[in-house]
Amino acid sequence: MKYWNMEMENLKGDALHALQAKRLRWTVKQAGNVAFYRRMLQEAGVRPEDIKTVDDVQKLPFTRKTDLQGGYPFGFFAVPMKEVVRIHTTSGTTGKPTVVGYTRQDLDNWSELIARNLTMIGLSDEDVFQNAVNYGLFTGGLGFHYGAEKVGMTVVPSATGNTRRQIEMIDDFGVTALHCTPSYAMHIAEVAEKAGTTLPTLKTGIFGAEPWSDNMRRVLEGKLGVTAYDSYGMSEMYGPGAAFECPERNGLHIWHDMYLAEIIDPKTGEVLEPGERGELVVTPLVKEAMPLLRYRTGDITMFLEEECPCGRGMKIARLHGRSDDMLVIRGINVFPSQIEHVLRSVPEVGDEFLVYVDRVNHLDEMTIEVEMNRSAFSGELEDLTRTQNRVVAALKDALNLRTRVQLVEPDSLPRYEGKAERVIDRRGDVL
Amino acid sequence: MDTTQYTIKQISVFSENKPGRLAAIAGALQAEKINILAFSIAEANGFGVVRALVDKPEAAYEKLNAMGFMVSFTDVIAVKMRDVPGGLFEMASILSEAEINIEYSYAYSGREAAVLILRVDRVDAAVEQILARGGTLLSADEFS
Ligand SMILES: [Zn+2]
Repeated sequence: MKYWNMEMENLKGDALHALQAKRLRWTVKQAGNVAFYRRMLQEAGVRPEDIKTVDDVQKLPFTRKTDLQGGYPFGFFAVPMKEVVRIHTTSGTTGKPTVVGYTRQDLDNWSELIARNLTMIGLSDEDVFQNAVNYGLFTGGLGFHYGAEKVGMTVVPSATGNTRRQIEMIDDFGVTALHCTPSYAMHIAEVAEKAGTTLPTLKTGIFGAEPWSDNMRRVLEGKLGVTAYDSYGMSEMYGPGAAFECPERNGLHIWHDMYLAEIIDPKTGEVLEPGERGELVVTPLVKEAMPLLRYRTGDITMFLEEECPCGRGMKIARLHGRSDDMLVIRGINVFPSQIEHVLRSVPEVGDEFLVYVDRVNHLDEMTIEVEMNRSAFSGELEDLTRTQNRVVAALKDALNLRTRVQLVEPDSLPRYEGKAERVIDRRGDVL
Repeated sequence: MDTTQYTIKQISVFSENKPGRLAAIAGALQAEKINILAFSIAEANGFGVVRALVDKPEAAYEKLNAMGFMVSFTDVIAVKMRDVPGGLFEMASILSEAEINIEYSYAYSGREAAVLILRVDRVDAAVEQILARGGTLLSADEFS
């Protein structure tokens, strides 16, 4: 077992709690440089010196995504602009994006996290790393780029696009590790298959930025010949890498010296115990440019109760999806990842799907278009109908919802290089 | 007995129920100078299967497959109908007595007489039974 920072990664018990309390106190003080937090802390009657233990975090109010949007563009910066050396933004699908600032120390902290993650899964300066994610304002590109360089890996900043060229690079440069979104990984696998290469040098896949199921892990590992690891993070927490799977691949270690994580009931705000599923709330402990207090991520997960054999600290369960991705259909919560999971269990259909949500006579109707698997086509209408019914039944089982399923031709649905957009919600049109 | 000469390759094409799919299939075949001798469309909920007898099945398969269509071959037989009352009943009886199921059928106007294209669950048995009972089957050569 290799560690990038053994001391911090294995920190436990009182030593960990003392460090977390000290850093939390510092963060509350740093947040005092932001007008929003000055007011919030005053109203809550909390001063930095009131933070004596980690549990004192519960004295603090929550911060929501809408609060951050209200501060657009620089309202949440806690340092003078001359100390801000980089800016990223969230994708901003709803309203204004959130602008995230980084000091030089923030960038160092972030690449330290990535270096820990890559080392944890057995990568080293011997590896060639292709970073096939969007560079630019999206945090996945530069974040992993600098972290991989810190480890000393040979970094191929391929970004997205030109998938044939991506595949040539993997083969020609002897790429051993690939980072991209799971949906782009699937596309790369398809194109590689058609190009007739098995990508023999590739051994490690790092997939993140959108939820992906264990089923998809098996498919990607099979098609790409990699061991696949899940990465979690968000711009508000620097970016990807805040939590990452270790070789056990049973939950993600959230870096406890840099983030204080809580799981709460999203309705009541009550703090939940390990094993109870709820919303992840994060207080970064070392963020200088943009400290956050009890930030509600909207992501649903839980702390895993059992200690990890690898010796590192607290783990969170893999994420089912962001609450932003969550659809409420006739009062039932549905994550696109659940649909994906179901479709992958039916061999007659392919990997690509699109969900349409409509409101018909005041009732939500969900229609799922799924591509047929070319090799499963027998030529018989009955077999197609049987497949269609199987998918409907499997979805009913998993979601407790009746859905309409349309079988469509292979390769007819759009492919995505970044985050896949699998849901078209048309209910707003008639509301 | 060797039934292969009476086994005719029908092409079956998956098609979404949306405008222009049938035209795309027909147009592609025409461009390749492939003649469609008979066809039928079976529809279900949102999609269908276009079934066609063509003079060059291999070429049709290749062309449609290359265009991204899902295509497969289906073995069918072609029975020449006797132009007498009860011809269809007679044919159906022969097959049902032998416990052969007809999955679907469609007509083809042959040169001399009406021809019934049959998709059955046991092709070899159907060929043997029909010939043994004095029926007439068209051979695959007659379609090329
Ligand atoms: Zn572990």
